[in-house]
Amino acid sequence: MAAILELKDVNKAFGGVQAVKDMSFKIETGELAGLIGPNGAGKTTIFNLITGVYNVTSGDMEYKGRNINKLKTYQVVSLGIARTFQNLRLFAASSVLDNVMTAAQQHYKYSFFEAISHFGRWKKLERLTRGESMDLLERVGLADRAEQAAGTLPYGLQRRLEIARALSLKPELLLLDEPAAGMNADEVDQLNELITSIHRDFNLTILLIEHHMDMVMEICPHIVCMNFGAKIAEGSPDEIQNHPEVLKAYLGEEE
Amino acid sequence: MDGYVLGIINLLAINCIAALGVSLFTGFTGVFTLGHAGYMAIGAYTAAILTVEHGVHFIPAIIAGGLLAMILAYLIGLPTLKLVGDYYTIASLGLGEAIRLVIENWQSLTRGARGYPGIDNYTTLPVSLGFLLVMGIGMFFLVNSSYGRAFKACRDDYVAASLLGFNTARYRVLSLAISGFYCGVSGALLAGFMSFVQPVMFDMAKSTELVSVVVFGGLGSMSGCLIGTTILTLITELFRPISQYRMLIYGLVLVLVMVLRPEGIMGTNELSLRYIKSIFRRRKKMSATEEGAR
Repeated sequence: MAAILELKDVNKAFGGVQAVKDMSFKIETGELAGLIGPNGAGKTTIFNLITGVYNVTSGDMEYKGRNINKLKTYQVVSLGIARTFQNLRLFAASSVLDNVMTAAQQHYKYSFFEAISHFGRWKKLERLTRGESMDLLERVGLADRAEQAAGTLPYGLQRRLEIARALSLKPELLLLDEPAAGMNADEVDQLNELITSIHRDFNLTILLIEHHMDMVMEICPHIVCMNFGAKIAEGSPDEIQNHPEVLKAYLGEEE
Repeated sequence: MDGYVLGIINLLAINCIAALGVSLFTGFTGVFTLGHAGYMAIGAYTAAILTVEHGVHFIPAIIAGGLLAMILAYLIGLPTLKLVGDYYTIASLGLGEAIRLVIENWQSLTRGARGYPGIDNYTTLPVSLGFLLVMGIGMFFLVNSSYGRAFKACRDDYVAASLLGFNTARYRVLSLAISGFYCGVSGALLAGFMSFVQPVMFDMAKSTELVSVVVFGGLGSMSGCLIGTTILTLITELFRPISQYRMLIYGLVLVLVMVLRPEGIMGTNELSLRYIKSIFRRRKKMSATEEGAR
């Protein structure tokens, strides 16, 4: 299998702060990989670099063999990368359905003149956008709340909505930033199920940032662990659990 | 109906067209503007000069006024809207005044501060209402399309919007260009309504009035900006007999709405049968829970 995403010696500095240091890893097509590390390790910065929110200071990022260092965020999306956010970024005042439709419409574009006249393809493409969005809401269990304002959903459901919104972009690589943050054990179980099932059914490659260790260990066969911006370990859950550097990062050193 | 009432309706239609434009840019795309009177001035003078000096029919002249304002808006938007933040707002402050000053000093073309007289009285009621109808429907259709969702996405969270594949700067510029067109047409209609234009008609006060009706009606509601324009235009007209003091009432109404309903009259809702029904349903629910509490 070919690597869908490859980071080679990626560095990111904010002034004097080295947020990411010589980071290299490879994600194979179709993998469900985990990215873990203590708070402030630079995990979200990695996502921001991949999606073009920040530019790398040095190093190379390749997506399907193509360099994506200099791409703008919206160009990254059109290549097939979608992400969710650690601190939810939903359009809170818009309805749940509108949130998903805003993303789903990327695949059903019509011209400006069709938009102001409602002639031509407007009706057909709006119906397709709506139908596809409803299917996805059904999938994540939000179909009955489609008309509700997104900001009024309970926290756990807002996270599911973000996943649905990202999925409607029809990505090949999905980056999930702490999807289980703030969830209780039951909700985490349900989320596990959702992630593994969308990974299977949508033919996705998923890279997941998570703090719930048991969750990552359960669903990700490939884990990258980082601390202070650098990779400290990579491998299977068993390898990670017994890796001395990982234990040191999470539990501290023995005196 | 007597001429005075017809005149007010005419003026109302003209103001509504400009408000629709500002509502798209400020209400739906989320960028404040303090210079849209400048685009109105461009439209007004273009239409005036074309009809008076070149004998162009008024309908192409009005559209030309809109287009010229749109092109200018596009050119201004390109550098200032690339950046996220209040850069355009600051630029628009200067821009509105700059347009006015250029018109005031370009004697040979615009006849300067004394104004431009002798414009045909082409803005009859059917003309202004016709323009309002067509442009109003277009605007409602636009905000109810994928473009409307894109504008709102750029307003609510530009990072999320760009990660859903929107080139947010492009959408902001597009929104400004459209709103420039609406204001240009509105200005061109105003020229034909007054049959006289003067730079001072398009000063800062006019620009702030355009934004205040939109905020008053509700940012993110097209019907709200129409209602806001109607109320504020009527206040200034109905209280004309008490001359200067009507601005007191105007100010008072603005302050009252901002205190009692900070989100504007309509908030982000559109006036529709469904919205009216939902108000009544909420009322019923409230009285039901009150009874339940007792």
